Amino acid sequence: MNILSLFVIIPLVMMAVIFCINGEKKSLIRTIMSIGGFALLCTSTYLTIQFLELRQIDTTSEFLFTESAMWYERFNIHYSVGVDGISVAMLLLSSIVVITGVFVSYAMEEKVKEYFLWFLMLSIGVYGFFISLDLFTMFLFYEVALIPMYLLIGLWGSGKKEYSAMKLTLMLMGGSAFLMVGIFGIYYNSIPEGGEGTFNIQEIAANVQALKANGGDISWEYIFFPLTFVGFGVLGAMFPFHTWSPDGHASAPTAVSMLHAGVLMKLGGYGCFRIAMYLMPDAAQEQAWIFIILTGISVVYGAFSACVQNDLKYINAYSSVSHCGLVLFALLMMNKTAMTGAILQMVSHGLMTALFFALIGMIYGRTHTRDIREMGGLMKIMPILCVCYVIAGLASLGLPGLSGFVAEMTIFVGAFEHTDFFHRTFVILGCSSIVITAVYILRVVGKILMGPVQDKHHETLTDAVWYEKVAAFGLIAAIAAIGMAPLWLSNMIGGGIENIAKLFTYGL
Amino acid sequence: MEQLASLAPYVLILPLCMFLILGLFGKKMCPKVSGLLGTTVFGVVSVICYYIALKYFFSGDYQIGETYQQVTLFNMEWLRMNEDLVISIGFLLDPLSAIMLIVISTVSLMVHIYSMGYMHGEGGFQRFYAILSLFSFAMLGLVVATNIFQMYIFWELVGVSSFLLISFYYFKHSAVRAAKKAFIVTRFADMFFLIGILILSYYTRTFDFDKLTFITDGHVDAIVNSDLRTMTFLGFPVISIAMFLIFLGGAGKSAMFPLHIWLPDAMEGPTPASALIHAATMVVAGVYLVARLFPIYTFEAPHVLEIISYIGAFTSIFAAIIACAQTDIKRVLAFSTISQIAYMMVALGVSGYGGVNGLGYTASMWHLFTHAMFKALLFMAAGAIIHAVHSNEMDAMGNLRKKLPITHITFLIACLAIAGIPPFSGFFSKDEILVAAFETNKWVFAVEYFVAGLTAFYMFRLYYRIFWFGEPEGGYEHEPHEAPLNMTFPLMFLAAVTVITGISWAFGKLSFTELISSDFTGYEIHTHWNIALPSIGAGVVGILIATFLYLERTGRPNKAVSYIKKPYLWAYNKFYIDEIYLFVTNNIIFQRICQPIAWFDRHIIDGFMNLLSWVTNKTSQETKEIQSGYVQQYAWVFIMGVITIVLLSINL
Repeated sequence: MNILSLFVIIPLVMMAVIFCINGEKKSLIRTIMSIGGFALLCTSTYLTIQFLELRQIDTTSEFLFTESAMWYERFNIHYSVGVDGISVAMLLLSSIVVITGVFVSYAMEEKVKEYFLWFLMLSIGVYGFFISLDLFTMFLFYEVALIPMYLLIGLWGSGKKEYSAMKLTLMLMGGSAFLMVGIFGIYYNSIPEGGEGTFNIQEIAANVQALKANGGDISWEYIFFPLTFVGFGVLGAMFPFHTWSPDGHASAPTAVSMLHAGVLMKLGGYGCFRIAMYLMPDAAQEQAWIFIILTGISVVYGAFSACVQNDLKYINAYSSVSHCGLVLFALLMMNKTAMTGAILQMVSHGLMTALFFALIGMIYGRTHTRDIREMGGLMKIMPILCVCYVIAGLASLGLPGLSGFVAEMTIFVGAFEHTDFFHRTFVILGCSSIVITAVYILRVVGKILMGPVQDKHHETLTDAVWYEKVAAFGLIAAIAAIGMAPLWLSNMIGGGIENIAKLFTYGL
Repeated sequence: MEQLASLAPYVLILPLCMFLILGLFGKKMCPKVSGLLGTTVFGVVSVICYYIALKYFFSGDYQIGETYQQVTLFNMEWLRMNEDLVISIGFLLDPLSAIMLIVISTVSLMVHIYSMGYMHGEGGFQRFYAILSLFSFAMLGLVVATNIFQMYIFWELVGVSSFLLISFYYFKHSAVRAAKKAFIVTRFADMFFLIGILILSYYTRTFDFDKLTFITDGHVDAIVNSDLRTMTFLGFPVISIAMFLIFLGGAGKSAMFPLHIWLPDAMEGPTPASALIHAATMVVAGVYLVARLFPIYTFEAPHVLEIISYIGAFTSIFAAIIACAQTDIKRVLAFSTISQIAYMMVALGVSGYGGVNGLGYTASMWHLFTHAMFKALLFMAAGAIIHAVHSNEMDAMGNLRKKLPITHITFLIACLAIAGIPPFSGFFSKDEILVAAFETNKWVFAVEYFVAGLTAFYMFRLYYRIFWFGEPEGGYEHEPHEAPLNMTFPLMFLAAVTVITGISWAFGKLSFTELISSDFTGYEIHTHWNIALPSIGAGVVGILIATFLYLERTGRPNKAVSYIKKPYLWAYNKFYIDEIYLFVTNNIIFQRICQPIAWFDRHIIDGFMNLLSWVTNKTSQETKEIQSGYVQQYAWVFIMGVITIVLLSINL
């Protein structure tokens, strides 16, 4: 059996096992989740090593570990999987976030069984999306990942949870409506001579290239590219479709916020890249300017908004808008360096935003408030949590030695390859975000962690317990590892990028 | 060469390991152990640094004729952007980095020793040593950088360690505010630095210093062979814009006007940290940056160099005036630091290239060296004084010369050095700066000459107020006593360095111009007595005025102030620059930009989404009436529909 299918099978088996267990046996369920999460982490680590080894030998094929099986013949739908450097990086990221998310959820007491069942369903969707090479299966897994969000937020959330859950789901569903049109548009144009279409990404890409080389009609790209890009852009929190993010994150339970901001939002960036830009490169190049403007706004606008928020989760949600905006912005620069930076930024943002949400959840669990005006001087009370928070903040503002710096610098250097006035202006605008980020990060750090203790009741709070430490330290280790030795990851991702970057005029 | 190459990595690895060990396990160690461990390991690092630097300067292996060679001891690929642009972490050895190695390792080691006494019994002792190690790592990495991006990486790291040290007393509001201010102001400057790097590297296709500063026939190859030579933007040459942006990054770290506002506030940190970071090492990074890229400045962007000299001149006199009116002794020293760093910038600004033309360059680097020694000494002495009287304010001091004898003598030596009195080290470096300025730009020279006198005045004002003047009103609560040996030893050591470098220069045993020069080729100069004598005169006049006003407690200072009330108030309030910044950040950025954007997001963008859902909801509410379940209604609609269709079809 193909190693990639394990990413779907392991969670499925876990679901089956947990389904059979009595919901009262909470610790047993948690143990199973930890073991399963660990198994997934091991699988992805093993996959990474295998991939790097195999890449040494097989340098030509675009995807490795490929497998394909007919699923629904009527429409030529396959279950086909395969990975390149980018998907491997995303799988590794997902596994780290899933296992740490499990540990963060240890404190969950309410309807544990159901919670973890939906949690697993969400991860199946995520994993399935990253391993798929078939448009239809990709879309299917995408929807599988979205639906559990509604229940997870609506049932286990806090605050205006029904409103937020509804808003998030409806907006993302709106996005997937665009997406579906886009995908069927691609399907019906995938075979130039007419006849049965194909959903296989590689085949479509080859056909589109051949079509273009023969001077065929590619005007359909100009309709379906914006649809697909916007469809994924909604999930990638692109301005002005980002407003689900602050409310959704604020209401979601901790681990769901982690998984959502850490991994699910990456589906947006990954989809824009793998589907919209890879399959419709000409339209992408023509229409990039529109989206460069929108994402450029996202970057600065999100950062400025974050400066005046008072809810910790809102701050982080707006910060995600800014950082994810940078991902799409870099993708649209359409050269190898900037695109590599975009994927690095996805990994880096996934890790650090997961860390942020985990820590916010831990702090909220203790102080029962997320309002920064009601907290102060927590460093003295819970030093471990607060030091972790400072590290997360430093990663977010792009401190060298942590992952954010590597990603941002790669993006800026890559984006600077465009010499025209338009691109330069937006790159410099993007650079300005590193200052604004510092402002809102330090505002929070200075307000809630440092200074005198604000609320006398907080003085008796306890520091992190073991499972919280595991989660936080695990994420920090990953962030620091990428930050200190980025070369292997950057090269692995770069290898995958080349296949797509070569489609663009100044790609390589 | 091989020997040095095998030693060089330890210069970076050891402090980094110390940071990790003390940071992760410091809590489990007893404070004394962690302090000793940190100091011992840094002692080893210092020995290695000295060995490398001395070997480089004096063994002759690295010289061809009189010219020092640039050698890369190691260079490791860290991140590959594309075919040309590679960020490496490496070790570049040339006179510039060698002299910086000596400065950093000396001051840092002294601060390590000094802190054992000064920080004794403070909470977070281990944390202090951990951050000190992080800082030393970052600063050493910065000066040995082989490429401009490595420099940027370590540049950011020194920034964050500075942040962590300023906010060391994190439970104090003022400390947190100062730390935030320092970080954000320098970060703002770093943004320009980054854009400058991006422009420069995009066109030259390299980050490496050895390629960026390679010269043939009076031009920098990397620039000449690129589009930068002819490109202009809005009428300015792009190379000038890029080099000016890079300078702005340096101006942020080196506290040049108007980015100087963070440095005085940074004094909220523990005094040893101020001595190391905010006096001797990190704040001169900007000077080092300009010196490192000096060939580009002098050959390709001479106008920027001129601007640098004007900014430096303005900053030096501006800060010196403020220093005259401050009452917090650490703030006096902070403004003095700003003024002195500006002095170094001026020296670079007026310097030419090669031989005697490069006198400003040599003078700048040597002033960096001598200033680091005596300013670190001043800060550490201030720390000893603050320890003794438990206050930063001058009013709480006075008549301490008998009570703190060692501190007194060493402080006096440092004051004489900074005032430019021979034979102390400051005289020589300052004199060369004045000579270089005199030969290039008379206006700048005049300003710097005046600043020299002003410096002598405010330093001796400080000296007399602390050690003479008379005891504070009400006397001392606790009898002040001399600091322990681990605090006084660094003072004595640095005082000795100040005296010995001065004297050996005077007797021709040590020739700075042979070690450091703009083209790394030694040359000879003689003391210019026509400038040296008047500059000594300015210093002496400054000292005499200070003696007249502050030697004893009299009404003279108040009387003097009453003549210049307005200017005094302005200087006392630092010319209200902080207030301007506060206004811009609070009233403009936060209230006029951030708040409206946040409001727009919640009410317009999100409001539109909510409107959509409201419309959908409302429509379905309305239309659901249609499906009422009443057969009569359906029949009515059915019949009316049929009639309408029939009528329509008849018409057609």
